[in-house]
Amino acid sequence: MVHQYKNNGYNMVLDVCSGSVHVVDDLVYDIIEVYENHTKAEIVEIIKNKTENLSDAEIEEAYDSVTELKKNGMLFTEDVYRDAIIDFKKRKTVVKALCLHIAHDCNLACKYCFAEEGEYKGRRALMSYEVGKQALDFLIENSGNRVNLEVDFFGGEPLMNFDVVKRLVEYGRSREKEANKKFRFTLTTNGILLNDEIMEFANKEMANVVLSIDGRKEINDMMRPARNGQGSYDIIMPKFKKFAEMRGDKSYYVRGTFTHYNLDFSEDVKELADNGFDQISIEPVVADPSCDYAIKDEDIDIICEEYDKLAKYLIKRHKEGKPVNFFHFMIDLTGGPCVYKRLSGCGSGTEYLAVTPWGDLYPCHQFVGNEEFKVGDVFNGIERPDITDDFKLCNVYAKEKCRDCFARFYCSGGCAANSYQFHGNIFDVYETGCKLERKRIECALMIKAALSE
Amino acid sequence: MERIKTLTNNTLKNTMTKGGCGECQTSCQSACKTSCTVGNQSCENK
Repeated sequence: MVHQYKNNGYNMVLDVCSGSVHVVDDLVYDIIEVYENHTKAEIVEIIKNKTENLSDAEIEEAYDSVTELKKNGMLFTEDVYRDAIIDFKKRKTVVKALCLHIAHDCNLACKYCFAEEGEYKGRRALMSYEVGKQALDFLIENSGNRVNLEVDFFGGEPLMNFDVVKRLVEYGRSREKEANKKFRFTLTTNGILLNDEIMEFANKEMANVVLSIDGRKEINDMMRPARNGQGSYDIIMPKFKKFAEMRGDKSYYVRGTFTHYNLDFSEDVKELADNGFDQISIEPVVADPSCDYAIKDEDIDIICEEYDKLAKYLIKRHKEGKPVNFFHFMIDLTGGPCVYKRLSGCGSGTEYLAVTPWGDLYPCHQFVGNEEFKVGDVFNGIERPDITDDFKLCNVYAKEKCRDCFARFYCSGGCAANSYQFHGNIFDVYETGCKLERKRIECALMIKAALSE
Repeated sequence: MERIKTLTNNTLKNTMTKGGCGECQTSCQSACKTSCTVGNQSCENK
């Protein structure tokens, strides 16, 4: 399967199953479009009718280059992975990542929060040290021979329970050597409670920090107010700037959400870049269509144009020597994930689980609060293998709509929680998300082409 | 202009032979938490 498109003056050709990416001239582009259904002689005629001033020899030579690519397994390759490498049912999985809901409480009242201001449809609660410790023990015991274990301190707002975060990091580190594990701790915070002590601690212990801010002050303050209605921008921005500077080479992301109210979100990326941040993620809100701020069908074309605008801006910055990394345009063409990873999806419900403040286990943070999806707890382990088995089968080949999608090896079937939210089951897809993901991949590949010049 | 410039060739199939160690980062632990972005993770087993 081949996906070809024109973007920003580049003729892009993606050979989906091999992952090969080519930038081609107009003639080769036109030939590839008709290559599979026509003979060489027919193609020469088709091209001559379409484009003036091309000789037979020129067209034939270009045709031969396309044939050469095909012969070398870089174009029109077949999907050989489906039956060859993974029997999803028999696949043995281990748990290697936990999202610890350190606090089901929050000091902001963001309007789009999927966790409903941190409480996840339940009661306010903080995770105790004992529950957290048991969660780390559960992770070590269930991680087989995996060395790298990931633990995200999440909420609500995890810094409302910072003392437990600190003690759990200490406990995790104390077990690394004897258990032959390496913890990668990460922290997702809204910044309100950040102070020097926390920043220093995070710089020492956190492999990554995710700092929530939406971009421009008026946008951020509209959607991310405190409980008294006051905007959060003026409190968090100075702290995030200081934090990002202090991070040095360590990774961080300023991470925002855009909604129907800021479809011009490239302006928010610019605002963050102008404030000195160079690791930025701004993502579309996922919300019930009845919400006023939800992305509407008629917004999709506007958002796609905005991604084009953003891509051009990022190329310009890169060429000026001020590169900014935009999370959703990251594609590692040579060192990206292996095909096993791409086929097995995000890992929710199998290698990735969320832990509530009282120790219940859910397939991921997005399912927390929906009792139907409770798979066990950190004291007794997985008690509902029927649910985790469903998640094991949740991959691109199980989803009808993914089979012919050019993006299937990049999104790996999409988000199970989004599927559940919009279709009531985890084996479907969230179409709006798919359309935007396809556009982002197109932009990301085009950026690679532009930066390779 | 050259007619064809290949940015990357045939890397996916090559990963069939040595991939699958499972040590790479879980995508939702990076920066997203609301969207699936597996393709932008890096391999830990180069």
